[in-house]
This record gives sequence, structure tokens and C-alpha cells, in this order.
Amino acid sequence: MFLNACMEFKQVKANLKKDFTGFKKIKVAILADSATQYLAQAIRGVGYEKKLDIEIWEADYDSVDITVRDEGSELYRFKPDFVFLFLSSQKLKKKFYKTGSDINFADDQVIYLKEVVKNISSHIKTNFLLFNFPDVLDSVFGNFAGKVNSSFSYQVKKLNLELMNWVQKDASAYLIDLCGLQALYGASNAIDNRLYISSDVIFSIDFVVHVATNCVQVIDAFTGNSKKCLILDLDNTLWGGIIGDDGLENIQIGDLGIGKVYTEIQLWIKALKERGIILAVCSKNDEVNAREPFEKHPDMVLHSDDIAVFVANWSNKHDNIKYIQSVLNIGFDSMVFIDDNPFERNMVRTYLPDVCVPELPEDPVEYLLFLSKLNLFETNSYTEEDKDRTLLYKSEALRNEASRTYTSEADFLASLNMVSEVAAFDPFSIPRVSQLTQRSNQFNLRTKRYTEAEVKHMVSEKDRYVTFAFILADKYGSHGLIGVIILEKRNSNTLFVDTWIMSCRVLKRGMEQFMLNEIMAYARNNSFTEVLGEYIETKKNGMVKDHYRNFGFIEKSNLWFYDVSDYKPVDGYITKQ
Amino acid sequence: MNTAEILTECNKIFIDQLDNSSIVLKQETTASDVEEWDSLTHIQLIVAIEKHFKIRFTTAEIQGFKNVGEMCVAIEKKTNK
Repeated sequence: MFLNACMEFKQVKANLKKDFTGFKKIKVAILADSATQYLAQAIRGVGYEKKLDIEIWEADYDSVDITVRDEGSELYRFKPDFVFLFLSSQKLKKKFYKTGSDINFADDQVIYLKEVVKNISSHIKTNFLLFNFPDVLDSVFGNFAGKVNSSFSYQVKKLNLELMNWVQKDASAYLIDLCGLQALYGASNAIDNRLYISSDVIFSIDFVVHVATNCVQVIDAFTGNSKKCLILDLDNTLWGGIIGDDGLENIQIGDLGIGKVYTEIQLWIKALKERGIILAVCSKNDEVNAREPFEKHPDMVLHSDDIAVFVANWSNKHDNIKYIQSVLNIGFDSMVFIDDNPFERNMVRTYLPDVCVPELPEDPVEYLLFLSKLNLFETNSYTEEDKDRTLLYKSEALRNEASRTYTSEADFLASLNMVSEVAAFDPFSIPRVSQLTQRSNQFNLRTKRYTEAEVKHMVSEKDRYVTFAFILADKYGSHGLIGVIILEKRNSNTLFVDTWIMSCRVLKRGMEQFMLNEIMAYARNNSFTEVLGEYIETKKNGMVKDHYRNFGFIEKSNLWFYDVSDYKPVDGYITKQ
Repeated sequence: MNTAEILTECNKIFIDQLDNSSIVLKQETTASDVEEWDSLTHIQLIVAIEKHFKIRFTTAEIQGFKNVGEMCVAIEKKTNK
């Protein structure tokens, strides 16, 4: 995939005429206090680039309250996947002046917005996308405004903080950081006051594309298309100069030459790693040379421990990236490759079109800003476990190595001392469960995506759903929560497997069998007579096409049956804790 | 640049922005003569013209052009300043 600077509105609009057949359908409702036709066009047009068929319903102009209160509203019949609630700073300022300087203004706005969300939620189950309010310097108090809690400046900043506090608690609400975007592009580029005055349009025609792009990135993260791994070139990407030629003391990092550039890039990459992005190195170098700065250079921010897979040799980069992919067992489309060399970038694009390869600016000084603007690592979840992801993949590499020393697979599995903990979803596991439903593509029987709010709802429906979260650990460490099963009680006899997901990190460990044993044990202990499974084919889950067949389920009209009384548990090498 | 040259440049911009190569602008052309030219695309055209000629229209001008000719005259004034 070729990634370049943002598209122009004209190109986005040209997309509207293209064929959306076969794209994933997403419904978006836009409620706003300004005119949103451009935004709507841009969202659909940008969606095309991500293979999303975004159908947009716009509420009548400036009719948020009426729309929400109307029981028969088109909004509720439309049943959107997302409701965009876009209120503008311009209108906010107007409201603030009209109410007269009020120290409770921000709080009242949050109460109002929560009320709108609650009202809509009482009619339909949906996700909310809110927008924070870019600061407007009104110069009423000048710089003294910071010392006055009834100033607009104070209230708008407070409102933005309160919005974040709110969405951190409300699993169905998400926030678009319009303030950050406007800071990135500049208010004078973001807003065309002529459009606002004449047509009540908030964003300039150029900026609306950036806003739409961010909206689509958020939507895309919900469809399981998030980036999980960052693959890095070394020479002139992580440091200035060529380690093999210049030597350890002459590469530019820290204070040497333009080393500051690379220090800042490394700090950013380290922060991504802490957030849960897996780092890999892919460099044309002798391995000893390539590793030296990571181990010996005092100014390096990244160390060997930070890198899950380190590949330095003289083979083609696309072959090395294929190797990295095979070790990590994640899709090519979840990988980003950064390299200063246009030739290498093009080679990777040619051989691995699914890998995202940003076209970097010529001057390294601009790399970081450029990469930030692309917003490559949008996500719709963050769990504690994410922090340790590199560690998980590193211990996986150790396991792979150990497996080679055993002649039989059984001996190897027995040597791992695997222990699994099985529990119903609880408040601690729900974020990770939701994340697995959102991100797992391969070992996923029905690929039903559930938000945290939806998972919570299922947990509360005890008469209808039974949930199992599986944690697997072995002598190399814990894999964390790697398996999810949601069973639906169809009737007093039948259990339907609504969701069966397993992380590909634990393939070939006998975990599937262990999970099936759990399903059947539950069924038997609760007097269910049959278990019913379904395989819904996607582009990526071919691996589990014959999952039910292989376990002896019997096919009847596209569903798979198992008579519980026939089931004999099969023991593997996993002990239940 | 004279009005005729400006008209030719504008014609190119219209074709490009509205993705319709059959557009032929004349001095007396109005929005109702061009199918894709509505209040939404009007803004798009104005912004493209501003960028091309490195000028800026006032809000009143944007709303007030009666036809392409008036717009070209305004462009001519601004570019010759």
C-alpha cells in the first residue's frame, strides 16, 4: 500500500462515483449544529480508500434536539453503527456569550451532551463519535483569561478535559481530537470564515478531508483493520549514517550532526511499543554491526529488548518481512514498514502490496511530523496487556527455538508445562475480550465484532449468554488472554457457539481441543443435548474452514451439530488451573 | 493576463474540479448552465480558482457573481494589482 500526503477534496469527491460493491457496509448518522454536506461527502469518499461503503444519514440542519426527541425520527429507523455528534466551537462561543460568562458553562455542556447520548441510546444501540472543541482565542481577557474561571478560554479547555474524562468511562463514546488536528494544520488553514458566514460550514474544503480521514480511521479500527507491527530499517532511518561504514562513534544520534531528529523518532517508536505496537527490524547489514548500536551506543533510545524480531542480513527486504510475518503470525495488512530508501520501499510495495509503506519526505527532519499526520496506529481499544506485547512475541521466539530441539511435537508440548485458566468475562477481561473480537481475523469462526459496551451487555444477559475467557501460560511466560468463547442458549437443549476466537500466538498447542472440552463440559453439566456451531467465511479465516468438521461435528444446512452425549473429552498437554 | 486568458484558465479549473471535460465557459455562463455547478461545488470552484491565481475573494464577491464574466473581471482586477 502506498501512503502519501492527504488527498484533495476533488479526489475524494471523484471516489463517490466509483463502485463500492463488495465493500464492508457501515452506517453513519451525522448530527450537527452546522452544515455538514462536505463532511458527509468527504467521509464517504475517504471510506472508499479503506474499502468501506459508508452510508451516511444527515439530520436536518441544526436539529440535534428535535431529531433526538422525535420517537419516529429517521435516525432511529436508520439504525446507524455510529452517531457522529459534531458541535462546533463557533456555535459554542455564541452560546457562551449569550448565557453570559458562566463558571458552570463547561459542566452544563457535558451534561447536555450526555443527555443527548443517553436519549439516543434509549432507542438504538450504537457507538458515538464526539468531537472536542478547538480553542478560539477571543481576547476578551487577553492572556489574563487563564486567571479567570468564567472566561471562554478557561471554559472551553475545561470542557475538552471533561469530554475525555467522560469517554474514558463510557464504553460506547469515542472522541475525535479536532483540537489536535487543528493544531497540526493551523486554524487559518482549518477554518474558512467566509464559508462559515455564508453557508454555516465550519471547515475549509482542504481541512474537511483531514477531519474525514480521521473519522474513517476510527471507523476502520472497529472493523479489525488496525496496525499491529512497525518494521524498521536502521541506517538513515533510526540513526543518521551507515553503521557498517561510519562505525559506532560516528552514527548520528543524540547530539551528533542531525542526531536529534533520530532521537525524537526513536522516542516516538518507543512510545508506540509501550502502547502495544510490536517492533521489528529489517535491515541490510551484517547482524553484528546492526546490533551494535542497540547494545553499546549510549544515546540509543531503543534497545535489543524492545525489538521482537531482529533481522539483519543481505537478503531482499520483502523476503525478510515474510520471515517476520511468519514468526509473529499476523497479517501483512497489519504491518507498517519504514525505510528512508525509495528503492527498498518500492520493492516491498511491489512484492507485498498489503504492507503499509509510507512515502517519506526527503528531509529526515520532516519524518516525524509526516508520520504523525498519517495517524497510522488508530485503535479502538487499549488494555493493560498491550504494554507487554513485545515481551509476548519475544518469548514466542524462544519457544520456536526450543521446539526445534525436540524430535516429537508431543515431547515439545509436554515440556512446555502449559496451564490454562478459564473464567467467565469480568470487568478486567472485558476490554481484552472486546479487543480480540475486533482484531482477530484468522482463528475466528464467525468474525462478530463486539465493542466493550456490547460485551458488557452480553455478560449482563445471563439467561441468554455464557462466556469463557481463556488464559494460557507455560514455562516461558504467560500468553495472556488468548481465547474467547461466547455461547448462546438457543433453548433448553441447544447451545449455539456465537463466538469462538483464538489468538494465533497459541496455534498448535492443543488449545482448540481444550476449549472444546470446556464447551462440552458446560453443556453436559447444564443438561444441554446439542452444541451448534457456525463457520462464516471471510477473506482471512480460511484456517478454520474445517474446524467443526475436524472435531467431528455433523453438517446440516450450513450449521454444525454435535450430540453432547457422544462427546469424549480428549486430553492434551494443557492443565486446567 | 486579460479577461479572455483568465476565462480559458477558469475553464480548465472547472473541467478539472467538476470532472466534466465537456464544459465550455463563456462570459455569460451561469451556474444554471452547468449541471454539476451547485452551491456545494461553487465553494470548491472558488477555492481552486483562488489557489490557482493566488488571490482571495471577499465573502460578498463569492455570493455576488452573476455570471462567469463578472468573476473573471474580479480575478483580473486582483491579479493586476
